[in-house]
Amino acid sequence: MNTKIRRIKKSGFSKTFIIIFAVILNIILSLLMGYWSYSWLPIQASEAAHYVDNLFAFETTIGTFIFLGCTGTMAWILVFNRAPKYDESNGEPLEGNLKLEIIWTLVPLLLVLGISTYSTSVNYKLENLGSKIKYDYGAEVPFVEEKKVFDYGPIDVISRQWNWEFVYPNGIHSSELHLPVDKKSNFRLITEDVIHSFYVPAFRLKQDIIPGSVITYSLTPTKEGVFRLRDAMFSGAYFSENQTNVIVESEEIFYKWIKETVKKELQNGLNPAGSLYQKRLKNGNRGWATVKPAPDPKVNDAGIKSRPHDS
Amino acid sequence: MKSAMTIVNYDPRLVQSKNPYPKGPNDWKRFFSFNTDAKVIGIQYIVTALFFLLIGGLLAMLIRGELITPPSDLFDPTVYNGLYTMHGTIMLFLFLFPILSGLTNLLVPPMIGAPDMAFPKLNALAFWLVPVFSIILLLSFFVPGGPASSGWWSYPPISIQNPLGKMINGEMLWIIAISLSGISSIIGAVNFVTTIIRMRAPGMGFFKMPIFIWTVLAAQLLQLLGLPALTGGAIMLFFDLTFGTSFFRIEGGGDPVLFQHFFWFYSHPAVYVMVLPVFGIFSELFPVYSRKPLFGYKFVAVASFGITILSLVVWVHHMFYTGTPMWMRNLFMFTTMLIAVPTGVKVFAWIATLWGGNIRLTTPMLFCLGGLFNFIFGGITGVMLATVPVDIHVGNTYFVVAHFHYIIFNTIAFGIFAGIYHWFPKFTGKMFYEGLGKVHFALTFIGATLNWLPLHWAGLLGMPRRVASYDPEFAIWNVLASIGAFILGVASIPFILNMVSSWVRGKSAPPNPWKAIGLEWLLPSPPPHENFEEDIPTVLNEPYCYGLDKPFVEDEQFYVEKSLKKH
Repeated sequence: MNTKIRRIKKSGFSKTFIIIFAVILNIILSLLMGYWSYSWLPIQASEAAHYVDNLFAFETTIGTFIFLGCTGTMAWILVFNRAPKYDESNGEPLEGNLKLEIIWTLVPLLLVLGISTYSTSVNYKLENLGSKIKYDYGAEVPFVEEKKVFDYGPIDVISRQWNWEFVYPNGIHSSELHLPVDKKSNFRLITEDVIHSFYVPAFRLKQDIIPGSVITYSLTPTKEGVFRLRDAMFSGAYFSENQTNVIVESEEIFYKWIKETVKKELQNGLNPAGSLYQKRLKNGNRGWATVKPAPDPKVNDAGIKSRPHDS
Repeated sequence: MKSAMTIVNYDPRLVQSKNPYPKGPNDWKRFFSFNTDAKVIGIQYIVTALFFLLIGGLLAMLIRGELITPPSDLFDPTVYNGLYTMHGTIMLFLFLFPILSGLTNLLVPPMIGAPDMAFPKLNALAFWLVPVFSIILLLSFFVPGGPASSGWWSYPPISIQNPLGKMINGEMLWIIAISLSGISSIIGAVNFVTTIIRMRAPGMGFFKMPIFIWTVLAAQLLQLLGLPALTGGAIMLFFDLTFGTSFFRIEGGGDPVLFQHFFWFYSHPAVYVMVLPVFGIFSELFPVYSRKPLFGYKFVAVASFGITILSLVVWVHHMFYTGTPMWMRNLFMFTTMLIAVPTGVKVFAWIATLWGGNIRLTTPMLFCLGGLFNFIFGGITGVMLATVPVDIHVGNTYFVVAHFHYIIFNTIAFGIFAGIYHWFPKFTGKMFYEGLGKVHFALTFIGATLNWLPLHWAGLLGMPRRVASYDPEFAIWNVLASIGAFILGVASIPFILNMVSSWVRGKSAPPNPWKAIGLEWLLPSPPPHENFEEDIPTVLNEPYCYGLDKPFVEDEQFYVEKSLKKH
């Protein structure tokens, strides 16, 4: 077999120029992409959001650089190295280049170690997760002493198939989660049936709630508004309806709400799955099997189902 | 002299052993029988798997039909949950694993110069378990209460709630099907590993094996190490569901999180079991269609085992927000990130292989390039997901769905299509139609991109996965995704048309239509029963010596002439 080397011989100067130009262009585009990446995320409504978004933007920048570097090279090859029709000759028979191979093993290694170290430092800054204590089935949920400092709480977050209920330290039951802004609130996450997940996208926080365990959790909202709380761990038939609102208010309004709600009688709270299930029964119970939704929670503040939300 | 020395690792009993299948009739009926010929079994696997790709794809389109509008209006949510559970299960256990076993069956014996697999009867058994568990799984649509509907993870307690309280229910059939699938894969893995280790042609030391063989070995060892955990976990789940034991039930002191460990200990490596052979296909095809040696053959070969070892110690990254303590999150973040290193070695080696080559954009090459393009993207979102703070926000959202479809469809299925097109002439003896192949590629690439690229943004904004309805702000991304899914459905038409019509009445294929280097290309198309029969070639050099004037085997001309003779 005769080897034919068909490559447009460029002068060393123009080749270097092209590479430098491509790298600069790539850096500019990557930085732009990292800048844009903030707009892909919901509004930042907690202390954690800022850290998560910075990390995400950093990863987007590096990721874009690598993606454009690799695919740009592929595009270059596809434009300039195409074989003419019926040409079945061989390309340059390069078998490898030890120096290059060591570089592209070591550089990614250092890069991922760097990103991991950065993420670890973010983890230690956030520290939302407290302790996870197991308790016996059917027994009372144990009181867990939270070792970390917090300003308000603990609020019991009770998840069910398929509704949420929040119990405040003074005994108020609510269907929506009211929180004071800029105060670190503490929670005890409890489930009465299967695994659920406490997920507020605007807070960038998610924590699974495990049957048979109580998990303590803290977070600090930093923006007033109405945010969606979504169950993020599949929990059965009406999983997608298992949502409620988080209402972050100024401290003043929050305490006013506490004072007013305490006086309210217990009433049926939000339970979208309940009404959907009644509709299903009315239509002849068609569809595949499901467990019955939990009954309407008895709460002091029933909440508003279609409250407009900010994120 | 050289060949006499390298002959040591070849087991001469193989050539002397009697043909285990003396009278395999060469007609269509053999495809419906308990045939022990690896080439027949390979095609059985591939055709069965492609049939289930159509069923899984149909379910996907039903899912996307429901999700094209925010409210849950096409199905009852219980039906939606069953459909998405079955979509995932069918695509993984009835499409991807079987089709890769099929390609492996077709390719391993000819590529290493073996007459067949080491245990032909076990091989046939492993295949025939596929229709058995497939039928069990599909029957679950018709039992009272409907099929399993707790997602392909089947996490307890949701999976063992058994609302109707019947002994026979969809979840029970699901567990039986998954356990049988596990047994089938373990049997297959024993067979592949033994074949590769014991039955290579004389002279084919480990560092002269094609990369596809390396990746199959790495993937099948992973099956042997990981699958027992999942199969064991599935059996415990079966006992909890059916006999009321409490491995995972809190009522008896069990822990539901334990199942997640069993499940992910295998199911994360399972992705590598699927992607490694596809890396093998990329490594085979890029040199052929750019007419260059594979850049850094040894690095690429060893990187496969780097991936195997690392993938066994990363499973907790699926459980960053289940209450996993901080030290464990950080540890598993580091191990997960390390996988980017051997994977990066492969990606860079492929690009360097393309560099300065003579690129031929045939259908298999287009699928390879498309797959590599998508894989670079999916790999980057994978690194994002590995970092704990980002994962805590986007985990269990559509960002994850988009990421893993970028790997599992846009990379793995692309690689599989590339492999099917590339070796189609070899094993059917017919050429496929390039034009239809290119239409298939264009529709698949456009459909797949439109389907999964927009969903990243839905996930970043906080749309949880597995929902039957969603808030209206996510609608735009879902409309685009649904259109993409329907285009993907259309893409199957040129593919089926191409495969069927080329096999029936395509031009007959020469032994080596792509001018590729490799033992399988020294055989006639299609190869005879025992591949090289009595004349097993002696391998002299490493594969992919395009343009290097290093012969791959001793007396190459003899095999080329033999392959041209009608058998």
